[in-house]
Amino acid sequence: MPDLRASAIAVSYIVAAILFIFGLKRLSSPATARSGNRVAAAGMTLALGATLLDQQILSFWSIAVGTLIGAGIGTYFARTVQMTAMPQMVALFNGMGGATAALVSVAEYLRLRAGDAGSTAVVTSGEATSIVLGTVIGAVSFTGSIVAFGKLQELLSGKPLQFPMQRLLNALLLLGIGVLGAAVATGSAGTAALWLIFVLALALGALFVLPIGGGDMPVVISILNSLTGLAAALTGFVLHNQMLVVAGVLVGASGTLLTLLMSNAMNRSVANVLFGAFGAGSDGAVAQASTGTLSIRQTTAEDTAIALAYARTVVIVPGYGLAVAEAQHTVRELATDLEKRGVSVKYAIHPVAGRMPGHMNVLLAEANVPYDQLLEMEQVNGEFAQTDVVLVVGANDVVNPAARDNPSSPIYGMPILDVDRARNIIVLKRSMGHGFAGIENALFHHDKTRMLFGDARKSLTEVSQAIKEV
Amino acid sequence: MSNELVLGIYVFILAMFVGFEVIARVPSVLHTPLMSATNAIHGIVVLGAMLVAGAADTPLLHALGFIAVVFGAANVFGGFVVTDRMLEMFRKKEQEKPDA
Repeated sequence: MPDLRASAIAVSYIVAAILFIFGLKRLSSPATARSGNRVAAAGMTLALGATLLDQQILSFWSIAVGTLIGAGIGTYFARTVQMTAMPQMVALFNGMGGATAALVSVAEYLRLRAGDAGSTAVVTSGEATSIVLGTVIGAVSFTGSIVAFGKLQELLSGKPLQFPMQRLLNALLLLGIGVLGAAVATGSAGTAALWLIFVLALALGALFVLPIGGGDMPVVISILNSLTGLAAALTGFVLHNQMLVVAGVLVGASGTLLTLLMSNAMNRSVANVLFGAFGAGSDGAVAQASTGTLSIRQTTAEDTAIALAYARTVVIVPGYGLAVAEAQHTVRELATDLEKRGVSVKYAIHPVAGRMPGHMNVLLAEANVPYDQLLEMEQVNGEFAQTDVVLVVGANDVVNPAARDNPSSPIYGMPILDVDRARNIIVLKRSMGHGFAGIENALFHHDKTRMLFGDARKSLTEVSQAIKEV
Repeated sequence: MSNELVLGIYVFILAMFVGFEVIARVPSVLHTPLMSATNAIHGIVVLGAMLVAGAADTPLLHALGFIAVVFGAANVFGGFVVTDRMLEMFRKKEQEKPDA
């Protein structure tokens, strides 16, 4: 009963698409987010289950074994990864999706071509165009994500990696892909050209992300995420499968919007993130301009403890250093101790603190910090003037007053937390190294600022200890 | 253009609007989980991999299909599990308060 099967598949796909949309909608509120993810997962289960009914499938062995292996690997890593390593995990899974889209596109081309040896007549130009685009976007997303993963995992340097003629090389790669792609799409070139496109696109993806600094990786991952969605949608055109088109485009569109939201938070255009090679040359220039009689004032855990314990209001500003040191639980314990002494403790969350928007919220939520203590930038900026002590834990660029005051600074115009308006500032930092933007931070040299050097978790533990003894 | 292609383009454009609209009201707190969830959803491409692997009739196609299924399944399962772990932490904290 092929008709019945086809109808069952079609109905399942429609229901699955609705489940995806409802799932995404539920993801927009903290209270329903978890169920939203499960609704989307249910949609996925339904869509994949229905696909197994497809008449085209002759053998289930490779599907069953492949799914088991992939599911095992994915689940294992997803379960065991540290909360702090979430961003690179998303990058890695995104790369897998990109690779899948590229492989599906190539394989489908081979299958269509095999149907009619020597002629390209069986592949319509629409299909061939989708195949080329799906291959290119999927492959770029794959190697791009792997490089992003490498940078965040610190397997590769987080600094922008540049070499001479880099842009020229990228342009040539893109040109080559364009020419070959047009040839495949019009039917004047065949399988060999598509394989070459695949290889060139792999190289392009890696070269594209290498010159982008680690601080911009959230935006990059978001772009690659929406690209993978687009690649998935294109395979839908190739396979004449509307489910793939709908789900792929949903991701492509929402990923694009998310990318824009993120670059807005940094007050930079997406093009600037991609081509700016942020922080590459600015080290020298800006540092030179501001080295003069700059001094820093160091403090000790004991002095920090006294300052905190006798404050009325404390605002904690977490940054990437908190994530690296896995200090979210320690900071929460410190806050609890302070609250017991009657100190009001709040957290100020910059939208791009850490490596992803919401990164800090996820970490602090893991440590059971209540929602109402987390203040967003707009809420908290008015309060700094009435704050006795601001404790900056491993944040740098998001509290750099140069973004507000110094028009020649590369981050000028980025919205920041106005930490420098507080009465006292204590900065926990590993060393005097620069932030991801690679620029000098005047806050650290401010009269009101005291620096407490060392690993954030270790420092916080010492401060906690000292508070108990105050 | 074939009718099917036109229909596909319709679906593409309408889904694009839905994608924008559905996401437009997400608070920044949920951006990371949202990115992770959409990341899992584009794992739907494993569906294409299944069709390719299931219909493969040459060793090369078998190999390509198989690798694609493994990668795609890792994307789907890993993506949803990671998102669930993130969101688990967003559960309400009210129950921590002692009963009055």
